[in-house]
Amino acid sequence: MNTRGLRSQLKDSVPVTGMGQQVGAYGVQDTLRSGFSSVKNELLPSHALELSEKNFQLNQDKMNFSNLRNIQGLHAPLKLQMEYRAARQIQRLPFLQSSHLALDTLKGNDESISFEDILNDPSQSEMVGEPHIMMEYKLGLM
Amino acid sequence: MATLSVCQPQLGGFSFENCKRNAVLEAEVTKLGCNIPSARKTGTTICGVVFKDGIVLGADTRATEGMIVADKNCSKIHYISPNIYCCGAGTAADTEMTTQIISSNLELHSLSTSRLPRVATANRMLKQMLFRYQGHIGAALVLGGVDCNGPHLYSIYPHGSTDKLPYVTMGSGSLAAMAVFEDRYKQDMEEEDAKRLVRDAIAAGIFNDLGSGSNIDLCVITKGRVDYLRPHDMANKKGVRLIRPVYAYKQGTTGVLTKSVIKLDLEVVEETVQTMDTS
Repeated sequence: MNTRGLRSQLKDSVPVTGMGQQVGAYGVQDTLRSGFSSVKNELLPSHALELSEKNFQLNQDKMNFSNLRNIQGLHAPLKLQMEYRAARQIQRLPFLQSSHLALDTLKGNDESISFEDILNDPSQSEMVGEPHIMMEYKLGLM
Repeated sequence: MATLSVCQPQLGGFSFENCKRNAVLEAEVTKLGCNIPSARKTGTTICGVVFKDGIVLGADTRATEGMIVADKNCSKIHYISPNIYCCGAGTAADTEMTTQIISSNLELHSLSTSRLPRVATANRMLKQMLFRYQGHIGAALVLGGVDCNGPHLYSIYPHGSTDKLPYVTMGSGSLAAMAVFEDRYKQDMEEEDAKRLVRDAIAAGIFNDLGSGSNIDLCVITKGRVDYLRPHDMANKKGVRLIRPVYAYKQGTTGVLTKSVIKLDLEVVEETVQTMDTS
């Protein structure tokens, strides 16, 4: 749902600051979990589209919600975001494949096909997440 | 860059993991003097024209890979919906995937609205997707169809800009085809005149541009009828190989001076029969 008035909503979009590295305990970079780091790798994205694609869905949602707020008032985005939050909780644990059916229906993704559905299917990814680490990350214990 | 442990579930879509590695590899290879393989493009001539009752779309059929012809008879007019067709120029894989995705989306959309899809809908979907990827998807398209509001023709550029015009051309041979259009286009032509005009425009592209060649495909779309003429005209037919050898001279080429026949007396000395193993 692409709406007009992009420039007025630009201040709400996610800032392009670069890829943050994972900071472990004591504020130092976590070598054990995220590998060796190099400043050059972290500063610039490897492809012009990398940052804009990473935040594309977030930016679209922000733009649509702020437009909705301007047109219909504050209650409209608040209600929708409450429904999204409820639907987002209907899923399996992070290391299992969940269908996100309720969330997709609310967002309208069940009626469209894009590159997210065709390329890089998560159910066929080569790397399997370690269950304990993924749960710790999700619960914020890491 | 692979992380040691995966913390978040993977997302679908484009993955930019190997971009840095590819850039380094490309620099190394260029230093050695070789070339990495290039993508297959459809250096092309595609065009479309609006006539009295509908749309005529035309395309050549050559796909190139650098300086080599990769496909002598590829199909560049893609199906979008029963009343909408799209010609594609640029990187062959990009046009193919883009038109297939938009065709699927239009089908879902028309099932959900239970109406025949409109050309403006396809145009809007295509331009939003191409703009999202900032021109990295190299697909230049000519979109045409007939819907409830009449015939419509759009040209869509790789960065996402579109034009709605009565006649459009795209591809490397677009200038040659546009010259023919600018000379002979008239409003409200008949179907035969429109087909002849598009055929001549594509032929101009084929004969004057290296990136276009082989046959001419046409697609005529009117309200309730689609004629997909493939091939409409074989402008560059490959020569036929002669079956009988040309190097043998006809009987009587050389004049005969004298002729003598000597009969050899041969008598049968020995006769043996050898059975073959036919098991």
